[in-house]
Amino acid sequence: MSLQKQQILNKEIESFDFQSGGEASSDLKNILRKLGVPSAIVRKTAIITYELEMNVVIHSLGGEITALISEDELEIRVDDSGPGIEDLDKAFTAGFSTASDEIREMGFGAGMGLVNVKRYADQIDVKSSKDDGTHVKVIINLAN
Amino acid sequence: MKLKTVKSLLNTDTIFEASAEKDDLEVKNACGADLMSDVLAFSNEKTLLLTGLTNPQVVRTAEMVGIQVIIFVRGKDPQIETISLANQLNIFLYSTDKPLFEACGLLYKNGIGPEEMNFIETSK
Repeated sequence: MSLQKQQILNKEIESFDFQSGGEASSDLKNILRKLGVPSAIVRKTAIITYELEMNVVIHSLGGEITALISEDELEIRVDDSGPGIEDLDKAFTAGFSTASDEIREMGFGAGMGLVNVKRYADQIDVKSSKDDGTHVKVIINLAN
Repeated sequence: MKLKTVKSLLNTDTIFEASAEKDDLEVKNACGADLMSDVLAFSNEKTLLLTGLTNPQVVRTAEMVGIQVIIFVRGKDPQIETISLANQLNIFLYSTDKPLFEACGLLYKNGIGPEEMNFIETSK
């Protein structure tokens, strides 16, 4: 069985671009469908990627999203260039959000983003610092 | 319930729909929400979203969870970008003058059940 991962998506995400925000997640969803990934996995991957992509749009100075696939797992990497998450524990608390009223009026900032990602991911690793931005790595199992 | 009946109960205006055949689309359950993360967090497979939000991210959210129909409540008209994205993704858009609570109540009373709150099954 091949464990080597193949890159299937790499896309830049612009800060505060609410028109194109979500396109990378949409692209990934379509790619996974074409690869024949089961629909329940496609759906949870779409939710995870979309939450992370919108986090970059809403909270960061811009970043990129990369997806890699092997026979066993799907790896999603979302990297931004700052300003970093001040308190990671709080960021994983349901209902906690630092989003502005303007963002909330658009339907975001419910404080469920990373909570959702953690719920659906099989593994999650978040590193964040002021100097280096936020780096999220999510693993979704494809084989049991 | 057929989409045709939903449209009639809520007296909707059509903003975008692919073809008239879609009146036969079966709407089994629905959700009403103004927070997109709640739609992503608590929703299972469903067909209909009632919301007061009109920006393109509503259509994106619908795409991610497989919602086919969006009804904007309180007589709101969506942004042109929202309509254009819905067109691209083949998601139908309607508007109703009714507020969210009343629109949900009318559909519930007439037989559309609540969505199942089961989370997506994971391998954990």
